[in-house]
Amino acid sequence: MTRAKSLLKVPVVLAALALLYLGLIAGFSNNPYYMQILNMAAINTIMAVSLNLINGFTGQFSIGHAGFMGVGAYVAAVCSVFYKIPYLIALFVGALAAAVVGLVVGIPTLRLKGDYLAIATLGFAEIIRVIIVNIQKVGGPRGFLGIPPYTSFLWTYLFAVGTVIVISNFINSSPGRACLAVREDEVAAESMGVNSTKYKVVAFVMGAFFAGLGGGLLVHLLSIAHPTMFTFLKSVDFLIMIVVGGQGSITGSVTAASFITVVSEALRKFEVWRMLAYSLVLIVVMLTRPQGLLGGKELTWEGIVNVPGRLRRFRLPKVGGGRVGTAGH
Amino acid sequence: MSSAFSTFLQQVINGLQLGSIYSLIALGYTMVYGIIRLINFAHGDIYMVGAYIGFFAAGFFGRSFFPTLLVAMVGASLLGLTIERFAYRPLRYQPRIAALTTALGVSIFLENFVRQFVGPNYLPYPRIIKVTQIKVGDIQFSNIQLIVLAVAICLMLGLTFLVNKTKIGKAMRAVSFDKDAARLMGINVDHVISTTFLVGSSLAAAAGVLVGITYPRIDPYMGILPGLKAFVAAVLGGIGSIPGAAIGGMVMGMAETMVLGYMKSSYRDAIAFTILIIVLLVKPTGILGKPMSEKV
Repeated sequence: MTRAKSLLKVPVVLAALALLYLGLIAGFSNNPYYMQILNMAAINTIMAVSLNLINGFTGQFSIGHAGFMGVGAYVAAVCSVFYKIPYLIALFVGALAAAVVGLVVGIPTLRLKGDYLAIATLGFAEIIRVIIVNIQKVGGPRGFLGIPPYTSFLWTYLFAVGTVIVISNFINSSPGRACLAVREDEVAAESMGVNSTKYKVVAFVMGAFFAGLGGGLLVHLLSIAHPTMFTFLKSVDFLIMIVVGGQGSITGSVTAASFITVVSEALRKFEVWRMLAYSLVLIVVMLTRPQGLLGGKELTWEGIVNVPGRLRRFRLPKVGGGRVGTAGH
Repeated sequence: MSSAFSTFLQQVINGLQLGSIYSLIALGYTMVYGIIRLINFAHGDIYMVGAYIGFFAAGFFGRSFFPTLLVAMVGASLLGLTIERFAYRPLRYQPRIAALTTALGVSIFLENFVRQFVGPNYLPYPRIIKVTQIKVGDIQFSNIQLIVLAVAICLMLGLTFLVNKTKIGKAMRAVSFDKDAARLMGINVDHVISTTFLVGSSLAAAAGVLVGITYPRIDPYMGILPGLKAFVAAVLGGIGSIPGAAIGGMVMGMAETMVLGYMKSSYRDAIAFTILIIVLLVKPTGILGKPMSEKV
């Protein structure tokens, strides 16, 4: 890629993101229901991308993502209701709390080989729910009401974009590459000097951090936190997003999170059918395309600027291969 | 006898009863994990389907116990076979995460299928066995508790015989030890794996019927928590070990009853996962598990 093309990258991407934001605001801001869906899509994007870091990029199997969301949600809510801490700091504290819990769950389970993480995250999410139900100060089983509705689309959008930037940069960094190595072959990675436990924990804690952030955003959007908002089925929703989008594809997670949010909203009346359809999608996608719809492919700057070149090659099929937008680093 | 002690004994009896249920489910988990290294998330739902089959069979057989139990076990084992054949076998050489995701999908599918086509509400289980209370000293228990314990112990003895004394049992142990070597020795691995699912599912269905006659109501989501707890029981006993699963299930049942009896009942679901975290920290191979060597 030429230097001129890569110099253009940052301003053009930022402009495109700003345009997208303005377009969405212009298109939907007169309808609060649509704005709510946009907000949910942005929060689900944060959740899906962070879960993808754990499951898709590091090859672990966490199915308690909603639990971390719950920790972040309740801690952030307590911060802003009881201690009147400013919104952004409350979000940060919530995310940090989720990360600390992630560390506590991650260290004993991630040092083991095998699938213990799946069951431990599931169990931990259940414990969190039981604890929340038993704390009367935050409403217990009745839910935590009266959380100030600070979250607006500007914040969910900014945080979603921020999450994508941070996680995609992490994946292309040296520790991120170590995570990919662990996913591909843990034994081989260890023999190359990668401390697999360390990188698994790093990815897991990072995922938990962003899940906590998503939780904080969510409760300040709905101004209520309820234990039933963070159940196992919620974790399954996020799992379906990354499975459909492609484990190991951030583009896929973003697309699938937005798409599934809208579809779920449209199918709200058919709850049981929706779950039946989801489970079949999960099974059929795994059986026919285990890497997910987008596999490991990403929409990258290089992919976009090379479109004219690819189109030219398309007309002369004998020259060049058909590499489509893979991360060209 | 002091009343505190008799209360304790009472709890022990209740714990054994709950523990037998967990043991029966845990056996299926541990067998499947031992043989194909898959956490079969759908196992708890097979237990649920078993309870439902028993529900309808009880109506059909005029509420006699053994035909009901048998039909539920056969029905659930056919379900287990089907799931293995169509959902897990195609993924056997894919990354493990693919099979895990599919297992989760099967689990959600079964729950919502039953919910949609049988109904989302609690169903009152037919009284297959007339309840009589038996009193020994200060301790009171029902004939149902005895039956649950007796059936569970018989099934576990039967399983031990199957695994240790028969040809197919030998093949199961061989496949779980080394699948490729077993295949080289002329063992039909697909057949053995199918049999494992068949046996595990029938045990889960038996647990479903036993739960149905003890707590006489069933619902489509009844399999989720017992399934998870039974998995924890299997990890506690040493995943892959059959006597380990039986012991782990009993310990889990006992721990839960003690929490119910002496602490807040809302903590009952948290104890299982607390045990899990402790096991993973202290002895990840479980009580009877052997340390696994790493194969490259």
